[in-house]
Amino acid sequence: MKNKTKYVTIPSQTILPERDASRDPVLECVNLGITLGGIKAVEDFNLTIGRTEIAGLIGPNGAGKTTVFNLLTKVYQPTTGTILLNGRDTHGMNTMQVNKAGIARTFQNIRLFKNLSVADNVKAAMNNDMRYGLMSAILRLPNYKREEIAAHRRALKLLSIFDMQDMADVRAGSLPYGAQRRLEIVRALATNPSLLLLDEPAAGMNPSETAELMDSIRKVHEMFQIAIILIEHDMSLVMNICEGICVLNFGHIIAKGTPDEIQNNPAVIEAYLGRKKEA
Amino acid sequence: MTMRRLINLKRVEARRIYLTYFIVILAYVICQTMSSTKFLSSSMRGMLVPICAYMVMAVSLNLVVGISGELSLGHAGFMSVGAFSGVAAAILMQNFIPFAPVRLALAMIIAAIFAAIAGFLIGIPVLRLKGDYLAIVTLAFGEIIKSILNNFYFGVDSGGLHFSMLTDTTRLLKGGRLIIRGPMGISGIQKISTFPAGFILLIISLMIVFNMVNSRSGRAFMAIRDDRIAAESIGLDITKYKMIAFVMSAALAGAAGALFAMNYSTIVANKFDFNTSILILVFVVLGGQGNMLGGIIAAAVLTILPEKLRQFSDYRMLLYAIILIVMMLATNNAEIKYFLNRLNPFKRKETEAE
Repeated sequence: MKNKTKYVTIPSQTILPERDASRDPVLECVNLGITLGGIKAVEDFNLTIGRTEIAGLIGPNGAGKTTVFNLLTKVYQPTTGTILLNGRDTHGMNTMQVNKAGIARTFQNIRLFKNLSVADNVKAAMNNDMRYGLMSAILRLPNYKREEIAAHRRALKLLSIFDMQDMADVRAGSLPYGAQRRLEIVRALATNPSLLLLDEPAAGMNPSETAELMDSIRKVHEMFQIAIILIEHDMSLVMNICEGICVLNFGHIIAKGTPDEIQNNPAVIEAYLGRKKEA
Repeated sequence: MTMRRLINLKRVEARRIYLTYFIVILAYVICQTMSSTKFLSSSMRGMLVPICAYMVMAVSLNLVVGISGELSLGHAGFMSVGAFSGVAAAILMQNFIPFAPVRLALAMIIAAIFAAIAGFLIGIPVLRLKGDYLAIVTLAFGEIIKSILNNFYFGVDSGGLHFSMLTDTTRLLKGGRLIIRGPMGISGIQKISTFPAGFILLIISLMIVFNMVNSRSGRAFMAIRDDRIAAESIGLDITKYKMIAFVMSAALAGAAGALFAMNYSTIVANKFDFNTSILILVFVVLGGQGNMLGGIIAAAVLTILPEKLRQFSDYRMLLYAIILIVMMLATNNAEIKYFLNRLNPFKRKETEAE
């Protein structure tokens, strides 16, 4: 089973399997769909993600990409279909239980705990790994100190992936924009996910920041050996790091495949650019 | 290093905690010497215990309003549960435990337990709600507690304990004592609350709240307050943590209620009405949400102020209200804040850096 205290840098010599989705999927969506206010926001969504795959979810605005993330994390309960996470049906779970089962996410509009320090943002996400009770906290028993120190060390280690360990005691809300986005990723990683959902991680970043982010995502992927799905509008990012891409339009999957296949897919070009005028 | 310039939260937080303990202890020492050297007027001396009780109330409500971010308008209800159960326990123990401080401590613990149970029962429906709705429902529950206690009869005789509601049907045997007499409340209370006891309770509640806030539970409270959806997404059990904060706050309020009640010879449920709840909320808001020291100071000032204004009898409440408004305006004004920060040697550096 999933080792709870993994995160330690596994210097990745392991070669990522070409596409391990068919052998050992971390996520399987079958006929996933939801009706919001009479509109079928997502319909017939079928997707399988391999254990160590980086997948991209793209599509025009309003295509239902974030809705898919909200379905996976049970912010919305799907009206049809099933989600299997590590082979386990997530039916009836809520957001919290889905996170415990292994999905962590970031948000399109940053949702940090603004009044907490950077380190506390990360440590809040480790809450379920800590064991000490209320009484040990109030009486400051040894196990409180031990676990707090361990958590702080782990938080600094996670922050150092993004070179943020120096900012640990700063108020999260006062961080610059790019750092806030990175902190959200660190916070998500702190919950030991097996699947990381990134909702527009590069939104509002300039090209050099995006390039930095791309390296960080690769680094995270190598260190943690987890699956990552990212929603992104920045095509250079998506085409560069994703092994598989899924294109949504009006709640339907219109194409799936490798970056090369997607770039040349007529349906995708039509969704983004419109139909060529006959003349 | 641009980050150097950003305020180091951990240091600010630690400094604030030590400052709080220091000022509370200093204030206690000063008041205690003043009262033992008869420097304090007798009316002021009589107010020391209620001030302590209100300070503990401010700290406990701050846990719900400031740290956990839920507006609770029924906090006096928990205070009254604590007051009645604590006093009743103290009366029952009167014959077994002659030493008053031990009896007071036990009474406060029992009061805290009863108030915690009340907090848990009320928390089950209330914590399903959010924001304004939660505030209104806590207000309603505060009133419910008040009317239950107004109609509650509780007595003891050689046959054991007797309860009844609405009318007195306890039919006590001869030699029994009716302790809680409905709308008449409890009378003939031994005044065993002392200023040192109040001080110790305040220090204990500060310790509980500060240590809790700086633990995983406290982080969870504040995370849920700052962003509920994100808190859920990182696997925090929202209901559980809200309940912990609510019950803990109710327990502290219960202990404060017992302390408060045992300073008077008679206590009635109507003392703990909506006005009291609002008064405690005013302490918290005036002192700054989440700021324990501010709440404590506000509790002291706003308890002493109406007494000191007694000589202006007719204009008393008017002056009280004006002072409240001026204080709110002053502490929210950026220029005045800047001016005050410049006076504060600890904060001067930060102000200049901005």
